[in-house]
Amino acid sequence: MSNAHADDSFESAPRRVEGTTRTSHWQKRLRRRYAAEKRFQAYGIIAICLGISFLVVLFSSIIGNALPAFTEARIKLEVHLDQGDLGIKDPSDEGELLRAYYLKPVREALKKVIPPADRAERKDLYGLLSVNADAKVRQMVLSDPTVLGTTQTVWVLASGDVDVMMKGIIGRDVPEERRQINDRQLAWMDQLVEQGLLEQKFNTTLFTAAASAEPEAAGVGAALVGSLMMMGVVLILTLPIGVAAAVYLEEFAPVNWFTDLIEVNINNLAAVPSIVFGLLGLAVFINFMELPRAAPLIGGMVLTLMTLPTVIIATRAALKAVPPSIREAALGVGASKMQSIFHHVLPLAGPGILTSIIIGLAQALGETAPLLMIGMVAFVVDHPSTPLDAATALPVQIYMWSGLPERGFVARTSAAIVVLLGFLIIMNASAVWLRRKFERRW
Amino acid sequence: MDQESIERPKQTAGTPLLEGRPPKVASRGANVFYGDKQAIKEVSLDIGENEVTAFIGPSGCGKSTFLRCLNRMNDTIDICRVSGDIRLDGQDIYDKSVDVVELRTRIGMVFQKPNPFPKSIMENVAYGPRIHGMITDKASLEEVVQGSLERAGLWEEVKDRLDTPGTGLSGGQQQRLCIARAIAVHPEVILMDEPCSALDPIATAKIEELIDELRENFTIVIVTHSMQQAARVSQRTAFFHLGELIECNDTEQIFTNPEHKLTQGYITGRFG
Repeated sequence: MSNAHADDSFESAPRRVEGTTRTSHWQKRLRRRYAAEKRFQAYGIIAICLGISFLVVLFSSIIGNALPAFTEARIKLEVHLDQGDLGIKDPSDEGELLRAYYLKPVREALKKVIPPADRAERKDLYGLLSVNADAKVRQMVLSDPTVLGTTQTVWVLASGDVDVMMKGIIGRDVPEERRQINDRQLAWMDQLVEQGLLEQKFNTTLFTAAASAEPEAAGVGAALVGSLMMMGVVLILTLPIGVAAAVYLEEFAPVNWFTDLIEVNINNLAAVPSIVFGLLGLAVFINFMELPRAAPLIGGMVLTLMTLPTVIIATRAALKAVPPSIREAALGVGASKMQSIFHHVLPLAGPGILTSIIIGLAQALGETAPLLMIGMVAFVVDHPSTPLDAATALPVQIYMWSGLPERGFVARTSAAIVVLLGFLIIMNASAVWLRRKFERRW
Repeated sequence: MDQESIERPKQTAGTPLLEGRPPKVASRGANVFYGDKQAIKEVSLDIGENEVTAFIGPSGCGKSTFLRCLNRMNDTIDICRVSGDIRLDGQDIYDKSVDVVELRTRIGMVFQKPNPFPKSIMENVAYGPRIHGMITDKASLEEVVQGSLERAGLWEEVKDRLDTPGTGLSGGQQQRLCIARAIAVHPEVILMDEPCSALDPIATAKIEELIDELRENFTIVIVTHSMQQAARVSQRTAFFHLGELIECNDTEQIFTNPEHKLTQGYITGRFG
């Protein structure tokens, strides 16, 4: 700040109060005040810009990493489903259909496209197929046993190594001995691509499959089911307990040292690290009550413990925001306290309560640490069908995948993060939408 | 405490107690405490049936607090304690046998700020009768709603839009809706806590007119900041100052010939 400039602004400033505003001391103070204000605004803008740029970097890196996982390499084969070759004696027996060795006709079909010269070539050829290449065929036969004895066109899953190679994640210039796909296989791949038999298709496996050691066969399906089950448990437990506790504390409880103590403790609990709730769940639900490990029911109960303080605090704030005049109006026409709350206060606080529950659920959905403590870091191959089956959760699945060495899991980890973020965004957006929709003015 | 055994309080000038006719609401030695602070000191006052009693006094003098004792609205405030004897038709309203919900159906209330429920006009009026089981079918619902709105002088203005929200009405209409809501449960006494303080002069005039009409069927107690309003609508006026009942008398008497010099000071505008 130069003095010349300051003097200019002084001359141009309106002189309303003679004497006081014209002293240079007063002008200096005024300039300092404006400068301080500008500085403060600049800090704020810098902070926001920093935040946004971090967010952009985060999203672009995650989505960039995840994109390859949304497609998968599939090979188009004419699979002849011979009942005898598959060893199926009775097509009406579902168990037998389930156990049949479908990889055999798939391999036969591939051998017709690329006839291998010797055993070594055959081994390499089979390496193009995923160990789960038969999944689609099995599914086809199970849903309609009449396809037995016919030849079907099937896009079977290629191996993860083929997938990674096709996407260029591992370059062709990498020396042969350092890649999973050898030169012979690479030539076959090129041949298949040329014939239009090897393509990148939208990856449905990612969303439906359960855990697998092979990246191309692994998906977040089972984790998603586990997470949804836990959300259900959390909702069923948190909604009544949280709302009842909040209504009691806010509307009925007498003000004394005991309720003060409860209030302070609820606020403290909201700040307790979530892993502590996991330890609590481990000690109480599993060791003491001897409930099964790794079950969504237990996970949901632990997450309920964690979300309850948040929900209670937010619900109380929503109740507090209802103007007392509404309560008085109801009491004034002879409503009981209970009636005034259930007929008037709760409906008015409804949107706020709903929002708090959705935010609580979103918090629970993203939680990993307490689930690790109760054994939900399981390798779950089957989709859980009841809340007592072993299951895992979306964030835990991400955690587990992030530690695996296969190249295919890198993209899958990011893809799972995208799925999780997608759910969180949907939940938060619906919270905002519901609040806007039902918010009442008075 | 027995009503006859208490002497007429020395500090209240005028005629706080009615002679020759039974009071509708009677208070003897009423005290109200907010925590340690005493908000009302030894108030003894009779409120006559089918007349309008106005409470006047400077801000913070306790007139609203005392009003809220009459239907036990102060019960909702945790730190508030009421002692003394307040009776409705000779029955102690703070007695354990008295149900506060039933009491509030007998003593209705209209608040300072119009506070209709954020529901339809119809629901606003029907809420009280409905929770008390007074509405059994559609016919009785319409009867109650129309009757109450007519008595509150609002029917003609809203009869075509009973389903629209009560909060969408103008301030004066909202306040009359609140009055309709209060009279829908057939109270005997209506307490009004500065019902016109948030309204413009035209809406105020309408409410005052309405109060005068309602006097025929209800006993009305009104707290007001406006001495002109007290003079216009009330038959008896009570002047409160710093939690004490200074003077109570016929309205005409108070405004033309106050006994206490504090009353005189207040009505002539020397403080307030």
